[in-house]
Parts: sequence; structure tokens; C-alpha cells
Amino acid sequence: MLKDITLGQYFPGNTPVHRMDPRTKLILLVVYIVALFVAKGVIAYALVAAFLITAVALSKIKPKALFKGLKPILIIVILTAVLNLFYAQGERVIFRIWKLTATWEGLETAVYMILRIVMLISGTFLLTYTTSPIALTDGLESLLSPLKKIKVPVHEIAMMMCIALRFIPTLIEETDKIMSAQKARGADFESGNIFQRAKALIPILVPLFISAFRRADELATAMECRCYQGGDGRTKMKVLSYARRDLVTLALGLLLLAAVITLKALGL
Amino acid sequence: MTPVLEVIDLSHIYSVGTPFQHAAIEHMTFSVQRGELIGIIGHTGSGKSTLMQHLNGLLKPTSGKVLLNGVDIWKDKATTRSARFKVGLVFQYPEYQLFEETVYKDIAFGPTNMGLSKQEIDRRVRQAAQFVGVPEAHLEKSPFDLSGGQKRRVAIAGVIAMEPEVLILDEPTAGLDPEGRAGILKNIEAYRKAKNATILMVSHAMEDVARMADRLLVLDHSRIRMDAEPSEVFRHAWELEQIGLSIPQVTRVFLRLREMGISIDSSVYTVEQAVRELQRVKGGKHQC
Amino acid sequence: MKQAVEINHLAYEYPSPEGELSIQVFRDLSLTIAKGSFVAVLGRNGCGKSTLAKHLNAICLPSGGTVYVFGRCTGNEEELMEIRRTVGMVFQNPDNQIVANVVEEDVAFAPENLGVESSEIRRRVDDALKKVGMYDYRTHAPHLLSGGQKQRVAIAGVIAMLPECIVLDEPTAMLDPQGRREVMEIIAKLNAERDITVVLITHHMEEAAMADRVIILDRGQVAADGTPREVFSQVEKLHELGLAPPETVELCWAMNETGANLPLDALSCEECAEVLAKWLAT
Repeated sequence: MLKDITLGQYFPGNTPVHRMDPRTKLILLVVYIVALFVAKGVIAYALVAAFLITAVALSKIKPKALFKGLKPILIIVILTAVLNLFYAQGERVIFRIWKLTATWEGLETAVYMILRIVMLISGTFLLTYTTSPIALTDGLESLLSPLKKIKVPVHEIAMMMCIALRFIPTLIEETDKIMSAQKARGADFESGNIFQRAKALIPILVPLFISAFRRADELATAMECRCYQGGDGRTKMKVLSYARRDLVTLALGLLLLAAVITLKALGL
Repeated sequence: MTPVLEVIDLSHIYSVGTPFQHAAIEHMTFSVQRGELIGIIGHTGSGKSTLMQHLNGLLKPTSGKVLLNGVDIWKDKATTRSARFKVGLVFQYPEYQLFEETVYKDIAFGPTNMGLSKQEIDRRVRQAAQFVGVPEAHLEKSPFDLSGGQKRRVAIAGVIAMEPEVLILDEPTAGLDPEGRAGILKNIEAYRKAKNATILMVSHAMEDVARMADRLLVLDHSRIRMDAEPSEVFRHAWELEQIGLSIPQVTRVFLRLREMGISIDSSVYTVEQAVRELQRVKGGKHQC
Repeated sequence: MKQAVEINHLAYEYPSPEGELSIQVFRDLSLTIAKGSFVAVLGRNGCGKSTLAKHLNAICLPSGGTVYVFGRCTGNEEELMEIRRTVGMVFQNPDNQIVANVVEEDVAFAPENLGVESSEIRRRVDDALKKVGMYDYRTHAPHLLSGGQKQRVAIAGVIAMLPECIVLDEPTAMLDPQGRREVMEIIAKLNAERDITVVLITHHMEEAAMADRVIILDRGQVAADGTPREVFSQVEKLHELGLAPPETVELCWAMNETGANLPLDALSCEECAEVLAKWLAT
């Protein structure tokens, strides 16, 4: 049922990757993604892969968990690879089926494509697996804080993310309950055409919205009671601070990017 | 006579094959006769809600059977669907499922799903509203304009209107004030009398349920711990406290009296019974 | 200053949509609550209990009369934050008052809002969680806790503000007996050990019996006020007000109806048993 959906896939741990400042991790992820897209050639890809593998090894996250995250997009990956295989320009033909021609150049692009997507997703998952949602929100808020100067409500956005994360499981549970209750009154969600099915959702959606509004209202009062008055003058229990470890990893990340760019410039 | 409901060696295990695997109910067996009012009592996590959802086919047993009028409700699809209507389920805080524009339409939701005729639906809606004490004038109002207690009545009427053979209510009085509680219980009692209905009341509050029930099922750790008449169950009042249930204050007073060395029947659970028992003991004394 | 709360001639009506009659909750309510006391407020639904609670920390402001908490007028906007810090509030539904998705982060919410320094927040959070017995759960996600545990986290979130008074609006209404016991134990402990003034709104007579003063509200007026013994012994009056006295009192009263002459102030089961044993012996 709905309850089985896991959200906020954070695996608590105490490794260097877990302990790293969330801001460092966010910046690093951006650097890593840029490097990944700039990378060209075996050496560059090997460098980026080595970076990822080291991070995964340090985080003690099981590679299996990372691959699990890839499952939902597997079809897209395969489809892209197949398209690349047949549509890339090239001379050295491997085989032909009907009007389609697979070439060695196409195969090469396809392999790189798959590697790129797999590494992109794994890197992103590594971040969410090793960083609690709260740390992530804090990190984002802190990184985006310069935007406050141009009136972007950075604190409010972070707060909203935080509350959304808090209430998603609650609302899923609630949906489950309402569904059972309406089923007990003979509601049928499984049969009929698309319109009938959409209509069948009304008995779930109306109570769900009403309850969400009621919750929002009560939560707002509770927040007011606990002296919430926006981001001004607010302090934090856990203050983010860069350690030497963060600077070293950032430097390493930039080095990786520089190396990848140099390799590309040299045409290797 | 065939019992209206029979539960045979029922077990339900959640999340089979994952680290979260756990049994919510294990090897439960009991039966319900037509016209009985049964209280199902247990603390949170004792398996009450899981059991309840098996009785109308919302959950499928991992093993064991649920028979309705002697027929397995999982025999085929049609039987399962008809079990939904024959066993009416009122969930906890049922007012949170109201969704229609008017009270009338909301009560009519169940009967409409049953595919009944317009006249039949109308008859049932009006009768159900009457049973739970929702005045005619409220039928055209929006359910969201009613008070908390009234909303609860409308939600209960929505299930009663399906005219189920067995009515199951989960904590029907939770969160209401004493007046509201008494009102709802009185309505349930009246409905039972008028229809000779079979009713199962699920609760963690002993007081209300014990007073009305013919029989109590006490659940603990996914199993049936006791299945007996209230007075028999309250003979083990101390045991009830042990498994985290609150027992009525009068019962506790009588347990205390026994501890003080007074020979008195401590299986009482209502004030009236307590008064009677006290007078019996006092009278007995005068005679000797 | 001996009073935690001073309410003088409070009038309040709900702002209503145009064209409809506004609902008058209070006409003229006066009430004081002594510092360090434990007051239970009873009354049927719609008697104004919750509205009264919201006046104590300036969530609602009087339309007439004044409300002072610890010498501060709730209408004074400059002191708003100090008033809300002093008077903490716990509501009925624990789910709808927990803000963060980690227990300790939620407890830190109020001190963070107040601009408390981070090492001090850490200290307060740990202290508050230990007080409610939830320290071992500090890194858990709130939605995986039981109702009673959630409510204890909510109480910890209030304690972390270092309040002088805690107002609880039916904190146990949605809990099972186990959760109810846990929460009531903590409330009593806070009142006794930390000298925090407690205002408890409840429907449960057994809980109200734990207080040192009981106030019954009816249609925005004080209908009864006194020690639990004084208030609960007025059985007929309680029935009139739509309330049921504790069963112990109900039992003694029912015995008196049949001719016995028992005192009506036995609130605990032990006391009641004493009284009955004595009667049986005569």
C-alpha cells in the first residue's frame, strides 16, 4: 500500500561523508556534475568515476542501494542508449536491421551516455543518502542566503521544504485511512474508465484537502505559540561550520574539474 | 444456528519478507451470533484495527478464514464485494471522511454504491439519519457546517444506511465530551434494539463498552486473551491492568476493598452493580 | 506579583463573516490564577475553554476587558514574544504542532525563534527531552512515534522556552490510556518540581482530580470554582452542567440515594474504599 513508499531516503551514519558540511556536499555535487558533462574520453571518465567510487567507499553506502535508485529510470536509460546506438553518425558498421544501422561510434556514444546518467544519479543519491533532509535544507538556505538581498524569501522557502518533509508521511498515512474508510462504504477505485476513476477520487481528495487545511491552520497557531516570527533574529541549534576536511575536499573537487577541462582542451 | 460471523485461526502478517515483518494478529478464533453486541478491547497495537479490517474484506488474511453466514468472504470477487456492504465499518474519527455537499448526499454515498433504487436510497438515508439523531432540517445542510458531534453522527449514519448485517464501530466516542459520548452510545443502543442488529464495538476504554456489551474480547499482543461475558472478564480486572488497559474506577475500588480483607464480588463495572453488591454484603452482615 | 494570570471583565466575540451574527463567547469573565498552581478547566464543548486558553498567550485578544499574564498585558504588542515565551501552549492533536522531522530539531524550534545562542539551545533541548523521557528518541522521526510520545515531544518543545506557565488544551483527548498516563505524569512533575503554573483543559475527571483547583466554565461564565473535592462533591450541579463526576463520587452519591450517608469527597479509589469499608462495618 501507500505506506510502503519510502521518502527522504536518508541512511544515518558517522562516516567522513556523513559528517561533511551539507554546503560542501552541495557545492561538490554541482562541481561533480559540471565535470561529468565536460568530461570526454576514457581518462576523463575514469577520473570522475574514481572520484565517485572513493566517495561511495568512504560513505559505506552499499552500491546496491545506489543501483536501487536507478531502477525507476532504467527504461529511459536503455531507450536513450538504443537511440544513440542507431542514430550516431559513423562509418564502422556493426550490424543492420531493416533501415537501422548500428555503428561502433554509436556504441561508444551509447556507453558514455549510460555511464553519464548512472554516475549523475548515483552522485545525487549519495548526497541524499548521507545528508539528513534538515541538514540539506539548512545547507541550501545558507548557500542561497545572498539571494535575500534581492528579496528572494530564502528562509521561507527552506521552512516550507522542512514542513513538507515533516508532513508527507502524515498525509500518506491519512490518505490510506480515508481510502479504507471509503472502500468500506463501497467506493471502487479499481474499475471503470479514466473519467469514472477520476471521479472516484473525489471522496478521497475532498477529505484530504480539508484535513490538510485544518492541519495547516493548527500548525500555524502552534508555530505562533512557539514564538515564530519569520527568519529575522532566528538562531540555529546546529550551526554550520566549514572544517579543514571541507576545504580539502572542495580543493580536490576543483582539481578534478580542472583536470577534466585540461584533458578536453588537449583533446585526449 | 449458524453464527453471522466466524473467524477461524486468523493471522495477518505485515511486510512479509522485509526487515519490518511483524504479525498484527495471530491465530484468532471466535464467532459472533446474530443480535449480539460484542466489545473488542485492547491497547494501541494489540491488533484491533487489523482484525476489524479483516471482517469486511478490506484486508486479506495471511492465513485463516473469515466466514459470513457460513460463507468464506474470500470465496470469489462478488462475495468479497458484498461483504463490504454486509459488514459495515465505522472508522475512528469518521467525520474526517465526509466529502459531499450535503448531509443527505453523504449518507447516500454507501447506498448509491450498492446500486439501489432512488426510493430505496431515500428511505434508508432518512431512516439512518433518524437512528443517529440527525434532524431532517440538517439533511440539506453542508456537513462541514455542523458541530463535531453532529458530524460524527452523520458519518455513522452513512454506514448504517447500507443496512449492514453486522455493524463495527472503532472508538465511536473518541474525543467527545461526556454529553456527546452518552448521546452516541444511546443512539447505538436504540439502533440495536430497533433492528436487532449485530454490533462490534472496538475500544480501549472499558467503561462505555463493558456497560453495553453481551460479551467482551480482550486482545493483547496480537492474540485473543479473553473471550467472555463482562462480569467474567472483570473477575480478572487485575490482569486487565497488567496488559495496559484502564479498568473502571468502581472496579478498582472493589479490588481495593478485597485487598482490605472484605469479601465482596469485585467483578462489578458499573455504579448500579456496585450499589447492589454493597447492599448485598451489608444486608448479609446484618443477618448474622 | 503573586498571580500568574489576571483576567478582568473579559469580553470576546468571534469575528464573523459579514451579515452573520458574531458569536459572543465571553461577556464579562473575571478570574485569577495563582503562580505555581495546577488548575483544571472543565466544561462541555463550546463553553469557551479553548478560547480562554488562547487568551492566555495573546493568540486571541480581548474585545473588552484585560488579560494580564505575569504582570504583562496581552494587548501590549511590544511584549508579545515575552508573553508567548512565558506561557507555553500544548494542543490536542500532537501531529499538528510538531514542525520538524527530527525530534530534537523540533524541540529546538522555539529557542531558535527566540534567538537563543546555539550551545544554550543544545543544553535546553537535551534537558527538556530528558525531562519528558524522550532523550533516547532525539534523532527519531516524529511520525514513527506513538501518540503519547509525540505529545511528550510537544511538551518538551514548550519546556525549551523556559516558560513560567504551561497551558494544555485537551492534551490527552487523542491518546490511549497508556499515553494518557505518561502525559499526566509529566504534567504533574513539571508543576511540582519546576514550579511551573499549569492550566489543564480536559474532559477527564480523573485528570482534573490531580489538579489543586478546578474551574468549570458554562456559556462563558465560571459555573464552579474550588478544590477538586469541593467541586466534584456537587454531583447534581455537575449533572446539570453536562459533566459526570468521577466514578468514586458517583458511587458514594448513588449509595446516599439509597439511604446511606457517605461523604462525597473521595477522589481516589483508596479513599473511596476506606469510606465504603467504614460504612460496611457500621
